[in-house]
Amino acid sequence: MTAQPIARPTAATRPDTDRPLVQVDGLARYFDVSKPFLNRLFEGDKRQILKAVDGVSFEIPRGQTFSLVGESGCGKSTIARTVVGLYPPSRGKVMFEGAEISALTTRRAMLPYRNRIQMIFQDPYASLNPRWRVRDIIAEPLTAHHNVTDTGAIDRRVGELLSLVNLSPKDGAKFPHEFSGGQRQRISIARALASQPDFLVCDEPTSALDVSVQAQILNLMKDLQTQFGLTYLFISHNLQVVYHVSDRVGVMYLGRLVEWSDKKTLFTHPRHPYTRMLLDTIPDLDMTGRERQPVAGEVPNPINPPSGCPFHPRCPHAEDRCRAELPTAKPSPEGSMVACHAVEEGRLPAEPRQVAPAVATA
Amino acid sequence: MADPLLSVRNLRIEFPTRRGTLVAVDDISFDIHQGEVLGVVGESGAGKSLTGTSIIGLLEPPGRIAGGEIRLEGERIDTLSYEKMRRIRGKKIGAIFQDPLTSLNPLYTVGRQLVETIQTHTDMTPTKARERAVELLHEVGIPAADRRIDSYPHQFSGGMRQRVVIALALCANPKLIIADEPTTALDVSIQAQILALIKKLCREHGTAVMLVTHDMGVIAETAHRVAVMYAGRIAELGPVRDVIKHPKHPYTVGLMGSIPSIGHDLERLAQIQGSMPRLTDIPPGCAYNPRCPKVFDRCFVDRPDPIDLGDHLAACWLYDRADAGLGSERTPEAMTA
Repeated sequence: MTAQPIARPTAATRPDTDRPLVQVDGLARYFDVSKPFLNRLFEGDKRQILKAVDGVSFEIPRGQTFSLVGESGCGKSTIARTVVGLYPPSRGKVMFEGAEISALTTRRAMLPYRNRIQMIFQDPYASLNPRWRVRDIIAEPLTAHHNVTDTGAIDRRVGELLSLVNLSPKDGAKFPHEFSGGQRQRISIARALASQPDFLVCDEPTSALDVSVQAQILNLMKDLQTQFGLTYLFISHNLQVVYHVSDRVGVMYLGRLVEWSDKKTLFTHPRHPYTRMLLDTIPDLDMTGRERQPVAGEVPNPINPPSGCPFHPRCPHAEDRCRAELPTAKPSPEGSMVACHAVEEGRLPAEPRQVAPAVATA
Repeated sequence: MADPLLSVRNLRIEFPTRRGTLVAVDDISFDIHQGEVLGVVGESGAGKSLTGTSIIGLLEPPGRIAGGEIRLEGERIDTLSYEKMRRIRGKKIGAIFQDPLTSLNPLYTVGRQLVETIQTHTDMTPTKARERAVELLHEVGIPAADRRIDSYPHQFSGGMRQRVVIALALCANPKLIIADEPTTALDVSIQAQILALIKKLCREHGTAVMLVTHDMGVIAETAHRVAVMYAGRIAELGPVRDVIKHPKHPYTVGLMGSIPSIGHDLERLAQIQGSMPRLTDIPPGCAYNPRCPKVFDRCFVDRPDPIDLGDHLAACWLYDRADAGLGSERTPEAMTA
């Protein structure tokens, strides 16, 4: 079979840079978690639909980092997977440079975008094939997307990529098990960069790493962003990490964005009660000896979400309207978008936060 | 100060392997007093969990205590027989592990597991033990404890399961609880609840806790004193506030700098180059010498012992009095500036 080289949009053919690189509009992803048909028939159970993501919209301008933060089960990883095309959306669309990539159904139609969107996964142990040498792992996107067949060219490029992530070009001959967690994550990054992507979806890339290694990876990701003008969708549950890497931040709760804005506004003028709760629960280096009142309750089961605003059972400001009616996002005076009845009705006054640096000497 | 509840002296844990003996924990000493939370922090492989498991006598072969001693209320416990240790474990020392699901038996109701544990360590009647179990569940904040007691572990959420594990650890009113990464598997809002619970138990029962974690934030919030471990050794030990605000050991300085913090706008985080050495090739002298920005000749030759700096201990030659006059850049002031 003779493969056609895939045409990559060059700087000249690229659309205007004013438009956000990635736009997600009303994205929803449902999973059918019903029991098998016969069980339903005999036991009289209904179909059960898990709404992992329900109506999420955001934009990511070129060269910026948008972070999604929330507790486990809030749907942040589902968004990551839907955006890269691993799951088809149940509703809504994902636009990349103005093209609706979520509507592309065939492999061939998706191909021009595949190499420009790459993903870094959480677990650097599970995301690298243990039987492949590092060189082959990193070379796979090259051969798959660009039809590079010249072994010498591939070796040179793999060496370049390894140096880029501060590994030695000689490391290509080794197997993944010979590396530590942080080094494996560097290999994952090198593989993601191999096809020269514009957009990287990072799903908890540092959650499995120790803090000193996490710092190395975060610095590397920032350097690469500056060097190549990369755009990141960054998924994390760690608010400190999110503050460090992001330009804009969205807070998710049970499949919905409850508040999103630029990072400064979100961290200094949190509006949504859930955002405030999250900010209050971060173990803070400055908190030594101080007491705090932890928020009661847990995230409810997403198969049976509460009526109205999903946060109302845990919310100290919940009223009848919150129990009945789902809030829609409205702009706040500070410019953030907030989906909360209490904020909309002015029941919840602004509550600016001090975000003083915690560590004095470093 | 009163005698310490737990006193660990020159503890050394070894793993004999075909390629020689690996020293996983090397000559560490610390005390825990009644009602105190001692945080033990370090990267994976620093030996912090092994220290915890050796105290409760659950070190798995081929790992063995090769030197030093562990004393609980003045009595040596590292040399006790398995049977004798079994009586101390649970009664005097409780344990909480990272994954609540592996600490609970999925086939029995939590009530049965609690009652069994209570009856093992006390001579309560079954009815009394059950009352005590409900009381414990209530104390750790499980709503409707009298009904939930007959539920199975899978019917609880992660945070609630961890509360059950804490209740199990409390069954016999132990003097000391070893909590090994108790909140690592939990979400932040649940983590805050569990940490508040641990603090409350310390305050109300005078229970001492050894809190092993990799998260400096958790330590800052919960512990009174902290031991920073690196490559099987204690690099720094002192009151939490001092260690966080004025770290002395270059490793602690690097560790603190590498934690991103909210409100701290940095283009780059301070990073420590390289990674912790494997147990097979810990360098001679100070184990941190290949990564240390302040390294000098002596670090490659002699191994530093913890040096008393008044408020805390740091195992670093920078603070050796005999060496202090050698260069101004090595003084503590220059280090923390």
